[in-house]
Amino acid sequence: MTATFKIWRGDAKGGEFRDYTTEVAEGMVVLDAVHDIQRTQAPDLACRWNCKAGKCGSCSAEVNGIPKLMCMTRLSELPLERPVTVEPMKAFPILKDLVTEVSWNFRVKKQIKPFKPRPPDAPDGTWRMQQDDIDRVQEFRKCIECFLCQDVCHVLRDHQMHEKFIGPRFLIHVAALEMHPLDTEDRIEELRNTQGIGYCNITKCCTKVCPESIQITDNGIIPLKERVVDNFYDPLGWIWKGLKKLLTH
Amino acid sequence: MSNYETVEHDVLVIGAGGAGLRASIEASAAGVRVGLVCKSLLGKAHTVMAEGGIAAALANVDERDNWKVHFADTMRGGQYVNQWRMAELHAKEAPDRVRELEAWGAVFDRTKDGRILQRHFGGHKYPRLAHVGDRTGLEMIRTLQDHGVHQGIDVHMEHTILSLLKDGDRVVGAFGYERERGRFKIFHAKAVVLATGGIGRAYKITSNSWEYTGDGHALAYEAGAELIDMEFIQFHPTGMVWPPSVMGILVTEGVRGEGGILLNNDGKRFMFESIPGNYQAQTADNEEEGWRYCQGHKDARRPPELLTRDHVSRCIVREIKEGRGSPHGGVYLDISWIKQKMPNAAEHIKRKLPSMYHQFKQLADIDITEQPMEVGPTTHYIMGGVRVDPDTQMSRLPGLFAAGECAAGINGANRLGGNSLSDLLVFGKRGGEFAATFARDNPHGQINTDEIDTVAREALTPFESRGRGSENPYAIQRDLQETMQNLVGIVRTEAEMREALERIDELKGRAKQAAVTGNREYNPGWHTALDLKNLLTVSEAITRAALERKESRGAQFREDYPDKDERFGKVNTIVSKSADGSMQVHLEPLPDMPEYLKQVIEEHR
Repeated sequence: MTATFKIWRGDAKGGEFRDYTTEVAEGMVVLDAVHDIQRTQAPDLACRWNCKAGKCGSCSAEVNGIPKLMCMTRLSELPLERPVTVEPMKAFPILKDLVTEVSWNFRVKKQIKPFKPRPPDAPDGTWRMQQDDIDRVQEFRKCIECFLCQDVCHVLRDHQMHEKFIGPRFLIHVAALEMHPLDTEDRIEELRNTQGIGYCNITKCCTKVCPESIQITDNGIIPLKERVVDNFYDPLGWIWKGLKKLLTH
Repeated sequence: MSNYETVEHDVLVIGAGGAGLRASIEASAAGVRVGLVCKSLLGKAHTVMAEGGIAAALANVDERDNWKVHFADTMRGGQYVNQWRMAELHAKEAPDRVRELEAWGAVFDRTKDGRILQRHFGGHKYPRLAHVGDRTGLEMIRTLQDHGVHQGIDVHMEHTILSLLKDGDRVVGAFGYERERGRFKIFHAKAVVLATGGIGRAYKITSNSWEYTGDGHALAYEAGAELIDMEFIQFHPTGMVWPPSVMGILVTEGVRGEGGILLNNDGKRFMFESIPGNYQAQTADNEEEGWRYCQGHKDARRPPELLTRDHVSRCIVREIKEGRGSPHGGVYLDISWIKQKMPNAAEHIKRKLPSMYHQFKQLADIDITEQPMEVGPTTHYIMGGVRVDPDTQMSRLPGLFAAGECAAGINGANRLGGNSLSDLLVFGKRGGEFAATFARDNPHGQINTDEIDTVAREALTPFESRGRGSENPYAIQRDLQETMQNLVGIVRTEAEMREALERIDELKGRAKQAAVTGNREYNPGWHTALDLKNLLTVSEAITRAALERKESRGAQFREDYPDKDERFGKVNTIVSKSADGSMQVHLEPLPDMPEYLKQVIEEHR
């Protein structure tokens, strides 16, 4: 049995879909088909990949228009009677074929304040944490940085607000730090100001595409939004701050 | 000379997995300027695939554990041809390296009293592996990455190094290309740390990604360093065997640590049948004891599934060869059976082995809480690598250091699961520290521009070879993988390995004709052609070293010499490039082990 793949070929200057037909075997994933095409028909077809087991988050692309890891998308899940389209992520500039320029993500991460632990709990320099208290953080730390959530987020994808909004991946990164039982840093002010958490209007597209099934919106972004609100929009807090001001003058 | 972009660092680290990141962090902390070259994007290196955990005698779960037991376990697992000093440093320093990760933000699974939880693994006497479910490698690389990016390290993502630059004997930098535009770049450095990982792509069935083409091994060899123990390749007993497209993908030993058992097609637990003499005293003699061990009963001994990887792999191969394999040419690995032993077994399995659950569900339509998995050996790791000083990690070339999988010594003839992540941390740190010292003590060396021009010219030949008689680089790679898989695999003979050498020689000829289409921008065909040279070099080194060791020990099994030979138990194989450019192998006696360590081994027999 064969299947046809419409693969986007081109670079920053432009490009087009090209059809490649290749043999399909049981159990194959989209990345296998791309590799077969690379090996036999288009040796210069650019794509990223590493682990081929959904653990490294390198082979992100859009398969039939849906952001996916190519290594975890079985051909048996796709209607093969018509061509399967494979194209690069849309939220980032194109380098070549299926490869996009994702360095923005690495720059954004660098701007987030790093982990700052409280002093160790025990004389031997170690800490104590209960499993219950770290379950949530461990969920966020499952993130494989495939950037599919960034790709699908309309704030980045459609509105290109990369300068004002860090995107779901890094909101989850901030959440993992903020909810880390040992962390003592405060990242709430920049969440509101430079990192643009307010731009997220909770459409949950990010959660839907997450290959690690992280509950990005419900468990990460919404609690962070609540912390921002508590910090900046708490009326009791305003009264208290006002009173303090009056008293000190 | 053509005009190449040049970047300058005090220390250049090549490879950004666990060892490379840890080396970069340490060198940077020592106050020198560090450049870090990644073949892929940052955080995607193979460390991310490590599943089971980091071996360190923290003694959080069993207070009887300490560095001495860990040292003795490592030496026993390596069949005593390890470099004792590396095994000693590793066992002593691993606990601090793990605790340090916690201080940098890693979130390990916890014991009831809130400390780092440790799990059982093959060949480790006590539960020793600090872990996060079955995604420990991801936790480790992300922790190092997130800590590292705040240490002022210059990261060069998607760059590949083609050769090391020398000034006399000293290594003074590296020359390579960036993937995006395909442009060449000179890295001028006072010291270079190789941390390039393994060689898995030399084999057809492997758990390794495209990156693992033996770059560090080959770069060091070409520059004049020595390789040691190259015959010892770890075939991990449990890789996926079906569907074909996922063949070789790793199934963590953690499955067996949590109670998973190996069965043949008669439903028999075959591992009980052949327990090696030196492990008899530590291995359970009935199924109930094995289960109690996995449940943490301190009076129980390990089930035979948790014997060392070399042994388990050979037993699996035997079952398959003798016709007792599973339908797709493997054996069964069953964790679902534990529902007979505990309530909520399915939930327990999903919590302890989430990515295995996910992997089988998504890629093979198997629910591991209900059905057994089909598994078989997969090329996983090379014990051999660059010969280094155990304390400083410097090779015999001044200024050239190596750490992690591409360096050798700690594992001997077989590596214990979990000892790799700890090796990356312990010797990554040491390599970074001593490379920084070297960089402070030495000025920049001179770069020979003629040599660079030659390397650049060679690298561009695949664009000129198009036309008649040209070869597809992917096809050459595939033929090499077939050769190594079939002729220098788990079971080896002299005749087959001689044949392999002939074929490698032919493939070297074909590699010169490798041709690519398209231009230099992000061109995987070109990259594959360039990687061939290193793959061929390490394949030859593996084969020649395996021929020289005329015995079976650890990961090396010779059908023509099926037993251990005491004479070979006292030596390492050393591979180096001779003056005429040919590859030479010789045997060298092991370094003398001091009395106090001999005693440690005796006490823990």
